[in-house]
Amino acid sequence: MLGITSTFRSNPPPNYFPVTIENIIFLLVAIVGFGLFAWQARKIRANILVGRDRDMSGNIGERLQKTLLVAFGQQKMFKRITPALLHLVVYVGFLVINIEVIEIVIDGVFGTHRVLQFLGPVYDVLMATNEILGALVIIAVIAFWWRRNVKKVRRFSGPEMRAWPRIDADMILYIEVVLMVALFVMNTSDLKWHRLQNLEMPGSFPVSSLLMSIFPSDLNLLHFLERAGWWAHIVGILIFLNYLPSSKHFHIIMAFPNVYYSRLVPQGQFSNVDSITHEVKAMMDPSYQVPAPPVGPDGSALAPTSFGAKDVEDLAWTNLLNAYSCTECGRCTASCPANITGKLLSPRKIIMDTRDRMEEKYNSPLIFQPNQYGDASKGTERVKVEADQNTLLRGKVTPEELWACTTCNACVESCPVNINPLESIIEMRRFLVLEESAAPHSLNVMFSNIENNGAPWAFSPSDRFNWADELYLAEKQAVTA
Amino acid sequence: MAEQITKRQVTVPVMADLAARGEQPEILFWVGCAGAFDDRYKRVTRAFVRILEHVGIKYAVLGMEETCTGDPAKRAGNEFLFQMQAMQNITTLDGYQIKKIVTACPHCFNTIKNEYPALGGNYEVIHHSTFLQQLINEGKVGVAGGGEFKGRRITFHDSCYLGRANNIYEAPRDVLATLDADLVEMKRSKANGLCCGAGGAQMWKEAEPGNKEVNIERTEEALFTLDGNAPALAQTRGVEDGNAGATPSPRTNGQGAIIAVSCPFCMTMMSDGVKNKERESDVQVFDLAELIASAEGLNA
Repeated sequence: MLGITSTFRSNPPPNYFPVTIENIIFLLVAIVGFGLFAWQARKIRANILVGRDRDMSGNIGERLQKTLLVAFGQQKMFKRITPALLHLVVYVGFLVINIEVIEIVIDGVFGTHRVLQFLGPVYDVLMATNEILGALVIIAVIAFWWRRNVKKVRRFSGPEMRAWPRIDADMILYIEVVLMVALFVMNTSDLKWHRLQNLEMPGSFPVSSLLMSIFPSDLNLLHFLERAGWWAHIVGILIFLNYLPSSKHFHIIMAFPNVYYSRLVPQGQFSNVDSITHEVKAMMDPSYQVPAPPVGPDGSALAPTSFGAKDVEDLAWTNLLNAYSCTECGRCTASCPANITGKLLSPRKIIMDTRDRMEEKYNSPLIFQPNQYGDASKGTERVKVEADQNTLLRGKVTPEELWACTTCNACVESCPVNINPLESIIEMRRFLVLEESAAPHSLNVMFSNIENNGAPWAFSPSDRFNWADELYLAEKQAVTA
Repeated sequence: MAEQITKRQVTVPVMADLAARGEQPEILFWVGCAGAFDDRYKRVTRAFVRILEHVGIKYAVLGMEETCTGDPAKRAGNEFLFQMQAMQNITTLDGYQIKKIVTACPHCFNTIKNEYPALGGNYEVIHHSTFLQQLINEGKVGVAGGGEFKGRRITFHDSCYLGRANNIYEAPRDVLATLDADLVEMKRSKANGLCCGAGGAQMWKEAEPGNKEVNIERTEEALFTLDGNAPALAQTRGVEDGNAGATPSPRTNGQGAIIAVSCPFCMTMMSDGVKNKERESDVQVFDLAELIASAEGLNA
């Protein structure tokens, strides 16, 4: 009882495409898998687009260059060499092994076997690279698991890393091991099936060659294992694909657009609020013409937007894109001066809260697990939020977190995929100050000092130039004796 | 031929007076509120003016016409107040047709350079660390060597608004290099530098509840670095995974060590930290301009 594909190899039937029920099942599985992912991707796109409009067009060359360096080139990962190397293995493995996925899909649909074998020596190199990377990925994933669960690298913990984010992080590692094991089962059994019959096997398989001895010698069983590995690998990938929108692992896709659309201006430059500029100009110059408010498609004036952000739709769409690009690595939080000194602020939490809030308020992916922070037994549970305060600000992010920020840009600098938590923090501070007048008292004192004295301290403007009094300079002058 | 040191009183040129005479300065020195009112930072302002006088550049200050750039208001979320301040300053600066501005405050520097253009204020703005670096490159200061700082251990604390905000890391280090001192780097330096804790309007408020003040965390790191305290430095947060850099050898030199800063807020926070750790006897905090003015023998 030899399978369809092996029959084709040894004895080509007249029908060039030996499509069987197996291929039809595969086609259906693939359509469902990719279709479900497309459905989820549309929901997430809609979530991101609830954000405020922000023109990020232009500067294509500069943006592409940055995407090449930071996203494809992993430039910012290499600030920490150990995880950078481990991550590089998994990343390159993901890119290269996906070439084999193309082959698997073609084989699956048309009933061919290893259709890319016509590449000849290139196929040998490709298969050998896959095998070596596959083995390295398993090693890297074990190292990641060890760092997370045994070494307990500090930045992987924190109040926002309980429940789903905790499970998710390990789940990704387990799935990756399963996918790699499936790949090796497929290759090794295929290789041994060929060798036992002195048939030529296309490709070169350095790792599977070593594993052959532990595989059975029964041809039927080998064939079954090859099919099982093949199906496990491709179905595993389709399941993983549909798991991504619920996972931090979504960064493998979103990192690229996120880096592309990240800011090109100096990190110290905060956004200007144009609507306020019009008001200030009108105050200073009565002849200033404030532009007409924006109108909707039907010509009616749109409701004025708030100053700053209370909820996710008040943030720019790029801030929401940030939330879907976060892999929860915690480099931002580990470098945050407020977090290091025990304050509640964690930039990672702000980003994770933004994603949770979008999915709570708008569209959810297949597995929606809102973050849970509190632990009633330890008295760390959050204050119960009233229904009308169930927004991003207050419902998830507390003013205490926002006011702890020193705007030092350490989080922005440290993010390997150019997420900017500081922008979201400032937008929420703007809402607190401009819409609610809810700044801490001492900051209100500072504001009124600036208004009244032109300085943030309570000094008299008339003393501003006192520093120049009694100022002397020592000068050396050559004298002839 | 001998040298005689004379003491000359400086009359700081005010922009309004220059304009009345129909004169234009080569550069406007933006003093900033801390430089004008904070007793400690006034010494930095005076040191910088001594350097300007010493090199003979034609400069001016706004004097009483200067007002807050609006930086703390903007960082605290009060965009309205920020823009009011910015428009007022832009009106003043444009009225005098100012083209080039130097400031000793990274917050003023960042705000005028990066945030005023959107409101119509376009100037060439440089921070005093870059300005000093240029003077050194031109051979106008720093040629005498380190003077009193020769061989002393110095560590530079990066200001967030100079460093990460504007990518200026080398200028202050180049300035310090002329002092012929024993320069050592903290584990968290340059792009990985740790904030002093005062940015983002924190200067004007109490910190939120936590287990430590940010300036204490940073001062401890500076002191461990100056002391070459390897075991303590090994505990530095946020630098795991081998991105830490070298650990300085223990300090044997009997002279006092120095934490160099380039920002008025860092000056306050680091000085308070040194005081808190009761290390004022052997560690001082100085701004770059003060170090250069001292090394050049400009203080009188």
